[in-house]
Amino acid sequence: MSDNHGTDVSVAEHGDTPEFPLPPHHHRITDTDPKAAKRAERQVAAMFGLSALCTIGFVVAYVAIPTDTFIALGPIGIVQLSNLVLGLTFGLAILLIGLGAIQWAKKLMADEEIIGERHPLGSPKEDQDAALAEFQTGLAESGFVERKIVRRTLIGALALFPIPLIVVLKDMGPLPVDSLNHTIWRKGSRIVVDVTGKPLRPEDLAIGTLVSASPEDLDKIQELEGNQNARAKASIILVRMRPSDIKSQQSPEGQTWDYQGILAFSKICTHVGCPIALYQQRQHSLLCPCHQSTFDLADGGKVIFGPAARHMPQLPITIDSEGYLVAQSDFQEPVGPSFWERG
Amino acid sequence: MSLIVKEAGKAISRADERAPISSLAKANLRKIFPDHWSFMLGEIALYSFIILLLTGVYLTIWFKPSMIEVPYHGSYAPLDGIPMSEAYASALNISFDVRGGLLIRQIHHWAALFFMAAMIVHMFRIFFTGAFRKPRELNWVIGGSMIMIGLLEGFAGYSLPDDLLSGVGVRIVAGIIESIPVVGTYLMFFIFGGQFPGSDFIPRLYTFHVLLVPGILLALVGLHLVLIFYHKHTQYPGPGRTNTNVVGYPLFPVYTAKAGGFFFVVFGVTVLIASIVTINPIWAYGPYVPDQVTAGSQPDWYIGFLDGMLRAIPPGWETVIWGHTISWNIFVPGLVMPGVLFTLLLGYPFIEAWVTGDTREHHLLDRPRNAPTRTALGVMAITFYGILVLNGANDIIAQMTSIPFNYITWFTRVGIVVFPPLAFVATRRFCLGLQRRDRDLLLHGRESGQVLRLPHGEFIEIHTPISDTEKAVILSKVDVPVIEAPPATDENGVVTPGLKGRRRRAKWSRFYFGDNVAKPSAAEIEAAAHHAHEEHDHEVEELTEGGKDIPARLTD
Repeated sequence: MSDNHGTDVSVAEHGDTPEFPLPPHHHRITDTDPKAAKRAERQVAAMFGLSALCTIGFVVAYVAIPTDTFIALGPIGIVQLSNLVLGLTFGLAILLIGLGAIQWAKKLMADEEIIGERHPLGSPKEDQDAALAEFQTGLAESGFVERKIVRRTLIGALALFPIPLIVVLKDMGPLPVDSLNHTIWRKGSRIVVDVTGKPLRPEDLAIGTLVSASPEDLDKIQELEGNQNARAKASIILVRMRPSDIKSQQSPEGQTWDYQGILAFSKICTHVGCPIALYQQRQHSLLCPCHQSTFDLADGGKVIFGPAARHMPQLPITIDSEGYLVAQSDFQEPVGPSFWERG
Repeated sequence: MSLIVKEAGKAISRADERAPISSLAKANLRKIFPDHWSFMLGEIALYSFIILLLTGVYLTIWFKPSMIEVPYHGSYAPLDGIPMSEAYASALNISFDVRGGLLIRQIHHWAALFFMAAMIVHMFRIFFTGAFRKPRELNWVIGGSMIMIGLLEGFAGYSLPDDLLSGVGVRIVAGIIESIPVVGTYLMFFIFGGQFPGSDFIPRLYTFHVLLVPGILLALVGLHLVLIFYHKHTQYPGPGRTNTNVVGYPLFPVYTAKAGGFFFVVFGVTVLIASIVTINPIWAYGPYVPDQVTAGSQPDWYIGFLDGMLRAIPPGWETVIWGHTISWNIFVPGLVMPGVLFTLLLGYPFIEAWVTGDTREHHLLDRPRNAPTRTALGVMAITFYGILVLNGANDIIAQMTSIPFNYITWFTRVGIVVFPPLAFVATRRFCLGLQRRDRDLLLHGRESGQVLRLPHGEFIEIHTPISDTEKAVILSKVDVPVIEAPPATDENGVVTPGLKGRRRRAKWSRFYFGDNVAKPSAAEIEAAAHHAHEEHDHEVEELTEGGKDIPARLTD
């Protein structure tokens, strides 16, 4: 028993014979009947032959079928014909090679199990000793142990050298500064419907409706200047409910942030930032499709279900001199998911 | 000597003048591999990976990893003129204007789903049969790492087309990164090149997906295979099989044909599925716009458990302390939990080795019943994982069953605590029951269902002895001794050194093996056989004229 066999549990060790021998080998029909063997041979050849035909079929289909032909295919639905035929021919060409090879192995190749011995995996003891001795010699020749100052400065240098590799990563992106705290909403920014860009008047919104909206200025920002970034924070939803249904708002004492029952909230979930637009009108609740955080818009946007920890930020709104809905100011708190510096 | 052999001989001898090819071939051409269907699971993973590399190269020919906005003017009419990123436009181009492009995209996506599924089921096989034990601990760690890396790689892959569905997924990941205390915001800004979504993420993710991660995976796959080759494959217990031999078929020709053929089968089936079943129809989702979302947003299945955990957190898990916000509701399920799970997973072989104090090499696989605590821990983990996967689809389930999603979420919140321990206890009892049955089979044989009435009126049931194959399998069980705690002090009243640690280990050892049913000794089996013979055999033989014909047959 070698050294690495620590516990004395009885188990077959190297060189033991098994208590039960390998059962006798049974011949297959293809081993005993030449006819059966011949049949198996024909099966294998047929599969390989069919595979070759399928490959030719693939090339024909590639040339013959344009990508813009679609066909209805029963329960599968409408499919791109090119994709279907190319896939079927190519798939069968490959599959038949595999099936042929396996059939060949199973029916015709020798199927008698062979017993091989396992050998101890580790190096023999004398090799271990020799290796250690070599290492010792090398170590002594290098002077790594005695020359402390060399060793220590080397360790220090090696510990420091990755710093530039990390420092250079600093310019992967700008520092956050306070960019997450603001959106492009300003005092007087008109609220426009996000698909049409049309500014909204209070009378455009019936009680019970929800509209996705954005600031008018958004379209003026070019894409390269961060239109998407601005959109990702400034999107809002407008809902209108009976003023008597509103239980609370986020506005401080003495201010109103709604306009005649029209409330504006950030569209970006305070959990991990999915845009929200599923509105259950009767309960005035807003549901995030990603993780089901649910917010009560009639009660200051507070969380009533799901993993979000904070209410949906409310945007203070009013109307301008021409009667269009506008923001009173930017959001009074950062929108979207929490972050360390949020406070 | 046939022509093939002659030519091969010539080629080898030319090669041999440059490298020791013959020595390699001599040692390995007839290397023996054991046979079992469950050994194909890892093969499926390997072959799916090769398919991914192959099809991935094709996709890079046409895909443009750029977030520059362009108007779309390709063949897909519903999106004509719509502004979108070049990435999305080129993914549409692959799907509609490159002949066979959609097929390659779909093969790539299906292969990714199979890759993850095969790796995970393969891991179950390794776990439940104890194949991770010495000397294969490192291969377990490599395999577990590949699952973790594969998960990231899959996420990166399906995020690249920049469609509305995957874009929301990226937004979620950005939110998860932001939740990391202290450095989260900075990390997010560095990864995205500024605020979300920015215009750097897709190009960066592309390099990550096609170069960095595949390189790492390829290296790990190589190492994994080299170790399998070097260790030689494990085998299931059975007649002729011991811990020191390997019984099976030679690499050449049987395994060359079988495993090589199986690669073509896996590839062929993947292609057929890809040609028939649509996967990830990005054109239906539309381009990503940060203020839009699709209802029923679902990640690919292997991300589902993380999403399920995010969804299960009750409201309000956030702390503001000294002006800083800690989002436990995101940080814990999104990063801490997967971190802990993968640490436990990768560390398991070492935990079990510590408990058993076992330093032997294991090449003969365990039957799951013979390691009841391990098996129960595995089933417990699968239950935990399964509940999370279900909760990751709570909106879909709610839609299909009209059970409100709130109930499903509450079921998860409670179930995640209640069901895994129940699964543990039930599995453990089940395994111990099977051990008792094995013992009975060895000692008394199998109930034949044939009941005899003896001349003096007694009814007996005839037991038929089990076959040698069954005996060999049952007797492969190794009775692991429970480590006992030492007495607190020795006979001289000296406190035993390391008492606390040794007691803890004894407790764990008892937890693992304390209830195991001991395998009957050879003497017990002999005595039982003798006893049965003494009791009835001569009477039965008389009645049945040597047991050929049973006269009194009762069914019950």
